Amino acid sequence: MLKSRIIPCLDVNNGRVVKGTNFVNLRDAGDPVEVAKIYDEQGADEVCFLDITASHENRDTIYDIVRKTAEVCFMPLTVGGGVSKIENIRTLLLSGADKVSVNSAAVKDNNFVRYAADKYGSQCIVVAVDAKKNDAQNKWEVYTHGGRINTEIDVLHYVERIVSLGAGELLITSMDKDGTRSGFDNILIKKITDIVNVPVIASGGVGNLQHLVDGIKLGHADAVLAASIFHFGEYTINEAKQYMKKRGINVR
Amino acid sequence: MEIIGIIDYGSGNIHSATKAFETVAKDLKKEIKILRIHNAADIKLCDRIVLPGVGAFKDCKAGLVNIDGLVPTLEKKILDEGAPFLGICVGMQLLADIGFEGETTPGFGWISGVVDKIPTTAGLKIPHMGWNTIKFNRAHSIFNGLENKGETIVYFVHSYYFQVKKMEDLLGICDYGSEITAVIGKDNIIGCQFHPEKSQKIGLKFIKNFINWSP
Repeated sequence: MLKSRIIPCLDVNNGRVVKGTNFVNLRDAGDPVEVAKIYDEQGADEVCFLDITASHENRDTIYDIVRKTAEVCFMPLTVGGGVSKIENIRTLLLSGADKVSVNSAAVKDNNFVRYAADKYGSQCIVVAVDAKKNDAQNKWEVYTHGGRINTEIDVLHYVERIVSLGAGELLITSMDKDGTRSGFDNILIKKITDIVNVPVIASGGVGNLQHLVDGIKLGHADAVLAASIFHFGEYTINEAKQYMKKRGINVR
Repeated sequence: MEIIGIIDYGSGNIHSATKAFETVAKDLKKEIKILRIHNAADIKLCDRIVLPGVGAFKDCKAGLVNIDGLVPTLEKKILDEGAPFLGICVGMQLLADIGFEGETTPGFGWISGVVDKIPTTAGLKIPHMGWNTIKFNRAHSIFNGLENKGETIVYFVHSYYFQVKKMEDLLGICDYGSEITAVIGKDNIIGCQFHPEKSQKIGLKFIKNFINWSP
């Protein structure tokens, strides 16, 4: 049977891990390659780099980081952030990324996903969605540009459409939950996993190991993504897996 | 000096595959060079050949056919001279007689079978993406040092799978709603649906077994 995946995510700015990590014995805790190596050794099922570099001049640094990571980590690597052209996807894949996540560009032009999937295969096109609940209208809305712009597009309609165009996986981040350490928005995740037939990664809000279990059991997510609980050494990937295994989740 | 050639025809996983082979080769006692194959002449230099592959069956086939003289030289090397061969993911699927992804496309026909869509049963997601356990159908040197009790877990990403015609060519399977072909083999040819270059220690072990294999 297919295992539930645990994915540590690194925000990378100008080639450095944002806010750093807390690994002892690490020569440079801000070096994405070194941190990815630690997660590889801990048995992470995949690593995700999110490039949040704003300046145009430094955008190419991510390619170099992906290349160096792929030289030492023999595990799946997903890279996203600022992917707006088909050439970005090609360069990332050739650098050693297995999957590329697309966010704003997919919202701006849904056919970008169709074109990318036709060219490189659905299996490597992840669509990342930043979702925020609109309580007044009782729906979730799609945000873009790092959560700064509300498109007012209904998340559930959007994911159905984007999957029909060729998205091979969805990375769903709840903006309401992100940073709160109170768990995923499992209601949203469940609504999405109910309507799409591609793997769904739950993201945003993990504060403890039970939250990872809940993402799988309540949200029916195929994979759970977390950052701070792993970066600051609160838990290792292996501890997370042991915990999940004890609660009946099929992990590697 | 043994030369292992990895065919470079623009497939996405070429960098990872090359690095994985280089990493394994470094730890072995024999002298090995990893060469990226760009043309038919390069093939002639190699003792072993690896065909990686990511993307659609038709595109990968076209990528190989478009390199002048590559396919006939490869067939001579593998089928006539018996050089050990490893096909990875779509590189394995191309060994079939025919592929049904998108438009129907003939494969190399080195191992009898067809490449068809993974049967979808309720609740099963496509692509089959992630870590899954493989079970061995029969003993083979490619599985040396790997156990067959559920701990050999490797990374898959695919929507189509290889249906072998002859059961004897099926070396390993995984369970994804139905039995999905994970490893095939015949004479000096091996194919794996999973990505050894992305399967951490177990993947590197598999690569090591291929390098040490004398069919």
